[in-house]
Amino acid sequence: MSLIRLEPRGHASRAMVYLTPVLAVALTLASGFLLFLALGFDPVKALHAFFIQPVSTARGLGELVVKATPLVLIGVGLAIGFRANVWNIGAEGQLTLGAIVGGGIGLAFYGDGGWWVLPLMVLGGVAGGMAWAAIPAWLKLRFNASEILTSLMLTYVALLLLNYLINGPYRDPEGFAFPESRMFEPYATLPHLIQGTRVHLGSLFALLAVAGGWVLMSRTFIGFQIRVIGLTPAAAGYAGFNEKRIVWLTLLLSGGLAGLAGLGEVAGPIGQITPSVSPGYGFTAIIVAFLGRLHPVGILLAGLLMALSFIGGEAAQIALGLPKAITGVFQGMLLFFLLACDVLIRYRVRFGARRAAA
Amino acid sequence: MSEFAVFLGPVLAAMLTAATPLLFAALGELVVEKSGVLNLGVEGMMLAGAVIGFMVAASTGSSTLGFIAAAVAGLVMGALFGVLTLGLLANQVATGLALTLFGVGLSALVGQGWVGRPIADVPELRIPGLTDLPVIGPALFGQDALVYLGLAMVPAVHWFLFSTRAGLVLRAVGENHAAAHALGYKVARIRFLAVLFGGAMSGIAGAYLSLDYTPMWAENMTAGRGWIALALVVFATWKPGRVLLGAWLFGGVTIAQLHVQGHGFAVPAQLLSMLPYLATILVLVAISRDVARIRLNAPACLGKVFHPDG
Amino acid sequence: MASPTPRLDLRGITKRFPGCLANDHVDLALLPGEIHALLGENGAGKSTLVKIIYGVQHADSGTLHWEGREVAISDPHAARRLGIGMVFQHFSLFDTLTVAENIALGIEDKTTSLKDLAVRIRAVSERYGLALDPGRHVFDLSVGERQRVEIVRCLLQDPRLLIMDEPTSVLTPQEVGRLFETLRRLAAEGCTILYISHKLEEIRALCDRATVLRGGKVVATCDPRKETARSLAEMMIGTSLSTPERAAAAVTGAPRLEVRHLSTTTDVPFATELKDVSLEVRAGEILGIAGVAGNGQAELMAALSGETLIGDEGAVLIEGRPVGHLGPRARRELGLAFVPEERLGRGAVPELSLSENALLSGYAREPLVRSGMVHFGRARSYAEKIIDLFNVVTHGHRAEARSLSGGNLQKFIIGREILQKPKLLIVGQPTWGVDAGAAAAIHQALMDLARGGTAVLVISQDLDELFVLCDRISVLFHGRLSPSTPSHQTTVEQIGLLMGGLFGNSGDDEGEVGRVA
Repeated sequence: MSLIRLEPRGHASRAMVYLTPVLAVALTLASGFLLFLALGFDPVKALHAFFIQPVSTARGLGELVVKATPLVLIGVGLAIGFRANVWNIGAEGQLTLGAIVGGGIGLAFYGDGGWWVLPLMVLGGVAGGMAWAAIPAWLKLRFNASEILTSLMLTYVALLLLNYLINGPYRDPEGFAFPESRMFEPYATLPHLIQGTRVHLGSLFALLAVAGGWVLMSRTFIGFQIRVIGLTPAAAGYAGFNEKRIVWLTLLLSGGLAGLAGLGEVAGPIGQITPSVSPGYGFTAIIVAFLGRLHPVGILLAGLLMALSFIGGEAAQIALGLPKAITGVFQGMLLFFLLACDVLIRYRVRFGARRAAA
Repeated sequence: MSEFAVFLGPVLAAMLTAATPLLFAALGELVVEKSGVLNLGVEGMMLAGAVIGFMVAASTGSSTLGFIAAAVAGLVMGALFGVLTLGLLANQVATGLALTLFGVGLSALVGQGWVGRPIADVPELRIPGLTDLPVIGPALFGQDALVYLGLAMVPAVHWFLFSTRAGLVLRAVGENHAAAHALGYKVARIRFLAVLFGGAMSGIAGAYLSLDYTPMWAENMTAGRGWIALALVVFATWKPGRVLLGAWLFGGVTIAQLHVQGHGFAVPAQLLSMLPYLATILVLVAISRDVARIRLNAPACLGKVFHPDG
Repeated sequence: MASPTPRLDLRGITKRFPGCLANDHVDLALLPGEIHALLGENGAGKSTLVKIIYGVQHADSGTLHWEGREVAISDPHAARRLGIGMVFQHFSLFDTLTVAENIALGIEDKTTSLKDLAVRIRAVSERYGLALDPGRHVFDLSVGERQRVEIVRCLLQDPRLLIMDEPTSVLTPQEVGRLFETLRRLAAEGCTILYISHKLEEIRALCDRATVLRGGKVVATCDPRKETARSLAEMMIGTSLSTPERAAAAVTGAPRLEVRHLSTTTDVPFATELKDVSLEVRAGEILGIAGVAGNGQAELMAALSGETLIGDEGAVLIEGRPVGHLGPRARRELGLAFVPEERLGRGAVPELSLSENALLSGYAREPLVRSGMVHFGRARSYAEKIIDLFNVVTHGHRAEARSLSGGNLQKFIIGREILQKPKLLIVGQPTWGVDAGAAAAIHQALMDLARGGTAVLVISQDLDELFVLCDRISVLFHGRLSPSTPSHQTTVEQIGLLMGGLFGNSGDDEGEVGRVA
């Protein structure tokens, strides 16, 4: 490493904290340009189809919000956990359980329900996600088991559970043996907020989550405790903070929000329970959390950007025949660039070898 | 008795083959973690190896070239991780996750045209005399070379870590990177080499899946084995011999799952498929609760960022 | 008679870090066979200079001459090849490896087998009186034994220059004596010893010459045997030293802290179990607990602060109330304040600002949190009060804790605790690594606090400090606490013996009585 050296700044550069996400996005776009070129597509057309085209109509913007909603909901919860050094990687599984429990309530009252079914479904979604997150929390606190691995294993279990249910008890009896549930009744569906778009109540929940997350982290004592535990666990012990309680809180919170997002998908845009209720929102939300600097408002912006990458991928596939897998590549690259650029916050990059003593 | 014998042979064989990818990946990650680095990107590196290995083998007709290409692919992915975490001092957990996400996406993208393509089988070895033994002959001695290579890596890694000077230095770096640095050892360089090794091993593990275990390429075909390998390293308390034990255990769970289905028990397929993941959780819990043991065996600097200037 | 060629000659060494000039045109000449002291308070530049000699850092300008030839020492390997050995203040040892493996990692010869190495280790350790078993794991060794590993590691390379960085801060007085014998023997054989310390009496006893650094510059070179401790101290600080004032006799009141037969067990490896510890601290008095690190100090502090909960509630009492089952927050509400040994990383969060760090312990007794919401304005004023009253040198309450120097951070942390007007204050290593000016201020603050009626418990490795501050002194050894003696009725030597394990009356189960480590 003698051609490029890192020189400590001595303090964190505030300017860089805001600049690095922008820099990372720019680098990702540039790489995307090259990638499209390498794949044999017109890079300008491809970038246009990917990022500009989808949001040039009102309906397109609506779709952006719809896709961003689960990302922001989950991202806010994950970020709070990450700040406490609690790594919930199983949000996808918690999302799935939210869909299973919340959606299941909708199916249970099929034909018999009323206005009260939806609130019950929402509670069920949150409860399902929380319960699924409670398992890694308990295993971590009781047995010292890494929540990264346990929450991830449970994701696979959750997806298999969904598969089982959708081919069994949840299947639409009048549905020609397709692995899908019945379509939810109107009273079991989240109401639309904006005419002409699919923007639903879930987006309001997302905004509330952003506001709540912001107040929690910046103004409350619990938020302070979370930060201290994540930064310096020994100081949290010195201060007398209850680390166990915080681990429960963050995991249950992120699980609940992920469950809510799952319910939002099945009771919202999808309208029924299907074998795949999410194109990986639980994992993409991790990127959203980092891109948003673990700050609720940043996550809101990052969520919109990542939603754009999902929609763009679909649009580019339809318009230009671009492979759908490009989206995953973009998202991974963005996170890489962000992590790489983050070094600029605490270090300056210097070129040339260090001068040795004469 | 003969019925059991007929049953035993294929079971043993299946156990060994199911264990092989886990063995490669976990041994690679063990060396990485012993040097103090936590690379959560094993799943991504395995997929990179799987797709590249498949493509090269299918195009050239040589599975050997496929495996070599897979090792290189895994190594390159590892290098990417190394540059970010060791050169640019990025958070290891986040970077590992990014590597997995990127690996999943990139392998899906690259492997698009290759889904469902047929490929020639990797030839099995025949050891004169041994392979012809009844029952255990074909099972234990008629496997393809990769299975034996995997088994051979266990004592090889053990010897490297505990009987060579290079292994001693690597362990020291993982135990106390500040002290190693003070003594003049190049911490970043040693860790980078370990990460490259882990990448290559993960690449081979992935290629074993796409070239041998189920000779084909499909998106996300590792199905979480990379994560299971990570859990295996903890279960093995960072000792190569115990990694073998753990890999066999998982091989056994996988086989049990298939046999239960085969014998017509009325358990839904999906619930059986959960077995490996649930078993991973159980195994992780069993080993993690022994805090003292973890403290004594885990590399003390695992996952910590090393700042050369303090 | 021609003057001998220096073994190592440094000319004009300069080194700058962001924010400070660590070495400013330093000249230093070390002669063969001499024991040369490098004096200076914390922050004077000794550490940096020595790292440059050992190749861990590179100077920005200046030259190094080894036995008459100019050299560039690029890294520790190069230093070792020249014949320079260094025993760091913070050991470079690997706990889970054996003594032989640790030594193997620190020597240049990569080809010797561990078995042959073990033979050489035994030979060297016997020759210089440093008993060591090559097969033992380092985590099993006492601090004094660990230092021996470091020294033997150096000696195996036949060093011509041996650098010792603050070697005696972790030794009992008797162990210090044995170390000095070893060093004198080495010097007699022609080895040069560069001895870094701030312990002036030791330097006067051991060293032939001394170079004094202040603010990165060489301010004096002298023969320490012809100086007094006071004159050396004044060279180090640059001005005359003010000794803290103490009231003639402490006026004591009711017991604020009582510990009764406290025993702890632990599954954690490398930890010490406390055995039947009893003590009492009254209002207005300062009790000191002496002991080399690793004898249970950390465990005792954690048991007293509440970071470790005690099954027997009545083993720890604050003003007569059992608190064993209470955590730090509850104990603070009862009037406890404490300053841990680790500053950045336990007493303060490095990345947070001073006002946020003020909140870290202030929330319990100061009105900084209401209905779950933090009053950042009040936290800011609290931080500013601390900065003001304790002369903390910093940009302001917004400054990150890690931007403060060791002494200023410690003043902030102690100030934070003192301003809460605690009934009981427990402090671990109050002036470790702190410059003399801040140390004097801290000592004064502690004594004023006691005079105001607070009970103070000081746990420290620094005997000089304990004798300055404390009314009574106890010793912690292998988890056992000796009965306390009034400080004016005992001496450094007696305490030193206790630190080494000689407990007169208490029956020690491992037969340690009479054994000097």
